[in-house]
Amino acid sequence: MNAAVIVFPGSNRERDVAAALARASGKAPAFVWHTETELPAGTDLVVLPGGFSYGDYLRCGAIAARSPAMDAVRAHAARGGLVLGICNGFQILVESGLLPGILTRNADLRFVCRQQHLKVERADTAFTRAYQPGQVIEVCIAHGEGNYFADPETVARLEGDGRVAFRYCDADGVVGGRANPNGSVNDIAGVYSEQRNVLGLMPHPENLIDAAIGGTDGAPLFAGLAQAA
Amino acid sequence: MKARVTVTLKTGVLDPQGKAIEGALGSLGVAGVDSVRQGKLFDVELATDDPAEAEATLKAMCEKLLANTVIESYRYDISG
Repeated sequence: MNAAVIVFPGSNRERDVAAALARASGKAPAFVWHTETELPAGTDLVVLPGGFSYGDYLRCGAIAARSPAMDAVRAHAARGGLVLGICNGFQILVESGLLPGILTRNADLRFVCRQQHLKVERADTAFTRAYQPGQVIEVCIAHGEGNYFADPETVARLEGDGRVAFRYCDADGVVGGRANPNGSVNDIAGVYSEQRNVLGLMPHPENLIDAAIGGTDGAPLFAGLAQAA
Repeated sequence: MKARVTVTLKTGVLDPQGKAIEGALGSLGVAGVDSVRQGKLFDVELATDDPAEAEATLKAMCEKLLANTVIESYRYDISG
């Protein structure tokens, strides 16, 4: 698998995700600076890492979404190429129009940093093929603006088309309520594009790939991508 | 030309920051506040003197960057 990690000023999780990708696929990803206008030849997967691109100025991900590299990412997605946006990467994907909706300030206004359970909605995508449908996984979250919002028609369309990737749940798999850390509509933690080749999610699977540092529930996402690409 | 762009949340979009400010005003004893909505304001200097061109530029900058029209609406006032 040839992966490319786009690095923006203020990205800070690019090395974490590079480690996860290298461990899963045996090949280190390329780092691509945001001013580049092309992706490395043969790129299968583009990753937009977490962090605070441009210091979250204006709106989270808003300025990064307009950078030159994102035109190349849009073209890659239009060709059916895989794109994964994690945390700030998810914010960049919605700001760039590659995914619908927006991520707004957490409902309780607090930055939330904790372990979090998610329900895997479907296991027939390039991203979740190494999970079981309905599986409950434990990863971590760290964000102040993860409150997913879209108008009711868009939410209905996402639900109807099976484009919700992950939902916030508790350890027993009960979705929502106190398990929803940020007020996201329908407890949505991640969404797919129409063709399911683009995934954005707020949680950090790349930080749960080693039993020595909290668990390995994030590893199948990268293993699945390595198989798919 | 100078212009002022105001970006505000659309009606019905939850504004937790506005709510927190509203609560703080209450606890400061500022009475008579029904609600507070927080927005953004941009003062822009444009290179043109043509109002039509200025308006086109302002509309483009709002649509492309200053506002996210999923949740925000915008207005601009050209002050000459």
